[in-house]
Amino acid sequence: MVKIEHLVKSYGQNFALDDVSFTVEKGEVVGLLGPNGAGKSTTMNILTGFLSSNSGKAEINGIDILEHPQEAKKLVGYLPEQPPLYLEMTVEEYLNFVYDLKKCTFNRKKHLREICEVVRITDVYKRVIRNLSKGYRQRVGIAQALIGNPEVIIFDEPTVGVDPKQVIEIRNLIRTLGKEHTVIVSTHILSEVQATCNRIIIINRGKIIANERTEEITRTLEDVRRFKIKVAGPQTEVLELLRGRQGITYVEALPEREGDAYAFLCESAPNTDMRKSIFYALADKGWPIMGLEPIGMSLEDVFIKLIDKKAESAKRISRG
Amino acid sequence: MLAIYKRELRAYFVTPIGYVCLAIFLAASGFLFSLFTLQSQTTDVGTYFTFSLFLLIIVCALLTMRLFAEEKKLRTEQLLMTAPVSITGMVFAKFLAAETVFAAAVLLSSLNVIPLYLYADPYTAQIVGNYVAFFLVGSSFISIGIFMSSLTENQLAAAVATIGTLLFLLIMNFANSYIDLYAFRFLIDWLSIYARYQNFTQGIFDYNALLYYASICFVFQFLTVRIYEKRRWA
Repeated sequence: MVKIEHLVKSYGQNFALDDVSFTVEKGEVVGLLGPNGAGKSTTMNILTGFLSSNSGKAEINGIDILEHPQEAKKLVGYLPEQPPLYLEMTVEEYLNFVYDLKKCTFNRKKHLREICEVVRITDVYKRVIRNLSKGYRQRVGIAQALIGNPEVIIFDEPTVGVDPKQVIEIRNLIRTLGKEHTVIVSTHILSEVQATCNRIIIINRGKIIANERTEEITRTLEDVRRFKIKVAGPQTEVLELLRGRQGITYVEALPEREGDAYAFLCESAPNTDMRKSIFYALADKGWPIMGLEPIGMSLEDVFIKLIDKKAESAKRISRG
Repeated sequence: MLAIYKRELRAYFVTPIGYVCLAIFLAASGFLFSLFTLQSQTTDVGTYFTFSLFLLIIVCALLTMRLFAEEKKLRTEQLLMTAPVSITGMVFAKFLAAETVFAAAVLLSSLNVIPLYLYADPYTAQIVGNYVAFFLVGSSFISIGIFMSSLTENQLAAAVATIGTLLFLLIMNFANSYIDLYAFRFLIDWLSIYARYQNFTQGIFDYNALLYYASICFVFQFLTVRIYEKRRWA
């Protein structure tokens, strides 16, 4: 449905995209994950025809975006990073304008009403956009992308600056849309793509470093390496015991305290789950564990891990 | 295209800019008209139109400064550029919107000539000729303003650049008396909007000048389209 081949985009000496290729099948929800400046927005801007690439090809449903821009653009609904809203218009006027702009031929009233209900902006339909809150503006931006019922929907960081309750609503919306549309979402929040996408494409400094199903990525990331443990026992002795365990590479006493329990930060060697052995060792001493939680990986950790993994498999291939 | 045209036209009158332009133009042209025809006790409208050209500079700069600069600033151009509309269509729609407001202003200001017909017997062909030429000069000014607006995201910068350019184009032939070189003088006279307008004030319908104004109009819209094409590749 969406196909990108060897895209390169450079600004002078800086490569925003460096040979990026991927495809998205019909009905997939794909997350583009990467830190700020990784090339997510550039990819989306090229895919929607706003920018052009130095080389490479972007196709929507087999139609090249540069060769037949008008046909290709008809198939795409796009919410850019900053929703493209005319502040002096009311929501009603704005959506009608977009409806005309996209040359839609649906039943206008019904179509717009349905979209407003889906993104929940019916209550602000008659209000001027300038006076709406950030969350509502974002949703008007989403509504705009949905007009014309496009086959491909592209959202660039749709949950930035939106309150937590609305974030959940938007995520649900993306999942719902994924049932009938092809959706590409970009974000720099790992848990967001894990919550919404079938497939995750991780991009860093203009290069794709992973393109896998969400479960695979989650599995890669799930082995518990860093965790916080709370133990009710004497602080220094517990610290020594933890330090003495084989497989633990790093322990640090945290300043946190809960009653007679102290908190520690532990890190274990790769691919070893220390939780069971720690449990038994502490049980022997009669120091109950009051809490144990894995510490989530930051995006940087994810990158390091994925790059390591890539290097490892490359080695294995070259050996085999 | 029609959608963009309608939105732009509406935007002129939702924000004060449309009213401001109309008000300035009508008040000033009324004043100029009464000064150069009624109070001068003549039915010759040449002087009135000559001075109105300067008024046109300000009005056209105000009309066009917003058109692209604001879209760029608010990032709404992303909507237009990713919608199934051609860049040419977008530029032309915006041009037409500014043109419509300008046409309305000219049409309303044409009420000025009524007193001439009430109290005297003016030369209708000269008046009509001047209005046609005046409208075309305005169109070319709007084109130039649109081009300037597409270069920046600052409306004020767009307006100042437009005023500067238009003023230069209009009065550059005034420098001729200081230039010794005939070829240079000829070139300046050829380019000057003011010099070409003189025929109309004398009641001559100059097709060459009309073609010149229409060409400016076309060239600057074309350049605006190119600016947008180029920015995609930058």
